[in-house]
Amino acid sequence: MTHISYEDRAAMRESLHRLLNSRSDEKAVRATMETETGFDKTLWSELAELGVLGLLISPDHGGIGGGPLEINEIMEEVGSHLMCGPFLTSAVLSSVLLNNSSDDDKKYTLLPALASGDLIATAALTGETGNWTPDDITVQADGNILNGSSHYVLHCDVANIIFVAAKSGNGLQFFTVDPNADGLSKTPMNAYDLTLSFSTLTFANVEANPVEGVEKQGFVNAVELARIALAGEQAGGSKHVFDMTIDYIKNRYQFGRAIGGFQAVKHMAADLYVEVESALSASRQAAAALASDAPDKDILVNLAAWTCADTFTRTTHDSIQLHGGIAFTWDHPAHLYFRRARADAFLLGSPDYFREQYLLAQEAIR
Amino acid sequence: MSDTRLSPEDQALCAEAEAFVVAHWDNDNRCLKGSPELGLKGFMQKAFEERWCVLTWPENWWGRGLSVRQSRMIERVFRKYGAVGPGQDRNNIAVSTVFANGKDHVKREMLPKLITGGYVCLLYSEPGAGSDLAAVRTRADLEGDEYVVNGQKVWTSGAMDAEYGVLIARTDWDVPKHKGISYFLFPMKQEGVTVRPLHQITDDKHFNEVFFDNARVPADWVLGELGNGFKVLTQALAVERLIMGDGATERRMTGFSKHIVDLIDLARRNGKIDDPVIRERIAKQLAWRQLNSMNLVRAKEELAQHGSSPLMSISKLAMSRMQHGDAQVMADILGPKSLLMGDEHPDEDYANYRSAHAFMNSIGGGTDQIQRNIIAERILGLPKEIEVDREKPFRDVRSG
Repeated sequence: MTHISYEDRAAMRESLHRLLNSRSDEKAVRATMETETGFDKTLWSELAELGVLGLLISPDHGGIGGGPLEINEIMEEVGSHLMCGPFLTSAVLSSVLLNNSSDDDKKYTLLPALASGDLIATAALTGETGNWTPDDITVQADGNILNGSSHYVLHCDVANIIFVAAKSGNGLQFFTVDPNADGLSKTPMNAYDLTLSFSTLTFANVEANPVEGVEKQGFVNAVELARIALAGEQAGGSKHVFDMTIDYIKNRYQFGRAIGGFQAVKHMAADLYVEVESALSASRQAAAALASDAPDKDILVNLAAWTCADTFTRTTHDSIQLHGGIAFTWDHPAHLYFRRARADAFLLGSPDYFREQYLLAQEAIR
Repeated sequence: MSDTRLSPEDQALCAEAEAFVVAHWDNDNRCLKGSPELGLKGFMQKAFEERWCVLTWPENWWGRGLSVRQSRMIERVFRKYGAVGPGQDRNNIAVSTVFANGKDHVKREMLPKLITGGYVCLLYSEPGAGSDLAAVRTRADLEGDEYVVNGQKVWTSGAMDAEYGVLIARTDWDVPKHKGISYFLFPMKQEGVTVRPLHQITDDKHFNEVFFDNARVPADWVLGELGNGFKVLTQALAVERLIMGDGATERRMTGFSKHIVDLIDLARRNGKIDDPVIRERIAKQLAWRQLNSMNLVRAKEELAQHGSSPLMSISKLAMSRMQHGDAQVMADILGPKSLLMGDEHPDEDYANYRSAHAFMNSIGGGTDQIQRNIIAERILGLPKEIEVDREKPFRDVRSG
């Protein structure tokens, strides 16, 4: 991993911020939401130009070689703009899995294409339980033949390649699969967050291409990094929704006063402020712990995964309450964040699961 | 910490300070070496004479004209040996308030006593003026060259031993409440002052009530302009917050976590560690505490960068749910045993103590509700509370 300076990181964030201000404003998000695939091709190629698609790919293979700090920061912008598309599954999960493998052939051919945006990948890594641990996997490998099912696979309909985790005789194995392979069936699932697209994949004797040298640890690391990315999205989303709400209650007048002057409203805002700032702290410090491989990284990653999920859910919930009737309308953006928050909370495992992992990690050091 | 390469001047200062402490500080008896009979005051006197107490003040006011950074540096040298002395200009509320607002001859006479003389109590809150401090009804009436003080203060720490206090009292009843208050340096050891310990719900007696019955204070001891006491108070409270903020980061640095109840251990010892409901609640308590420490780390970084941080003010509010929550989870782990108290039931005793003690944070120093107003108004910029008494002459304001 190369070292990207604080200034470079800030500059990249600023560029992404500007790009998303024009390409992922509310109108654009709604337009993407209406499409079949939830994918904006122009935005994707602009992300590639910025280097964001290759953020976690090593410079040897056309990427930037960033790590937890960079992706976490970038994802705050993604969350605040409700960016749509297969970023998490392609540029984070799939890219990291491959980047950290020892499969030089595949790295050489696939990573540059992922970084340039020419190739879109998706990651089929969990079973119906959806906690994204090795135990949750419900695909079996017999040699290079796969059977079973993968769940909550993101943006399958735009992916040119699928990374699949499978159980095999001697542990875990990873494969790439052609989306049009014989025996593979894709069942699209309706997502409550309308910007997301999910599928369930069923494998019936599907021939797959092994990815060498990922192992269990490589899988765990990739998912861990994705959780930090997601925590950044949740913290950034929370901050944006919070700011939007504070702005509203300063300007909405009832009884001849700005409603932000009423204590019932004010106190909700003060409590939310504590939550939102805490989520930002949790997410950023977990990223820092992961970047430095700190001894307490397990504790911090789980803490961030769980508390950022809860904070995003609560902030978007309270935001609707504080806006009142206007936010109960389809045309107001509050519910877009509300939907994203509810999706993010379960996207890579449930908050209850992370809370329990957090406590187990705390117990382990006592 | 930032004791990276010091300038030659700073190195010399530190060496001089170290030599002074080594020569004069008796850490076992916390006094001046060879003079245990003088107590701490003996050492403070010596440190004051040799200009170690108010380092940022100019030389004609017993100081050395140093920067705050240098003062902190010297404070660390003293602290290394367990000694006190420097920093009176920065974190002694009475000393810094008198210095900024007192008349010159009062400063000349009183500051040496205040700097070396120990704790000065804060005579602010009253039974009828808690959250609403500007509603004080203790009165000070001019009689010749003295003010005569009548009324009552409450929640006064250290009032038994303090030789001096700082007092807010009403000197004008015909103007709105913020405009009729004056801020005094006040002599505690006199006939008209009665101090009574206050029995708290924790069974402790940390605070006192202070009664004034025709007590007297020299008219010259008004700090700042007459009637401008609320402004002086605001400054003094800012110093107090600074001390508490410093303390918070300091405590974090020095393993404050030792004093935190270990809920995991308690649950293990009481066979509750596998109870999923208890587990969820323990996890939440641990998380709140950890998140608060992280916020403080960020606050400290922002302080270093920008000189202030809005994050500082959320810690007190966050502390309340930690403390009340800890106590409640402790009781639920202990179950019916938490009906008990006394030495044979140390866990239960502690849980019960904590349940009452938690109110110290959620009420003391600004209730959680006031704290939320402060966050909402000062940080988030929401409209200020409507104060129906703000423009009325105070004598027409309803209280009770």
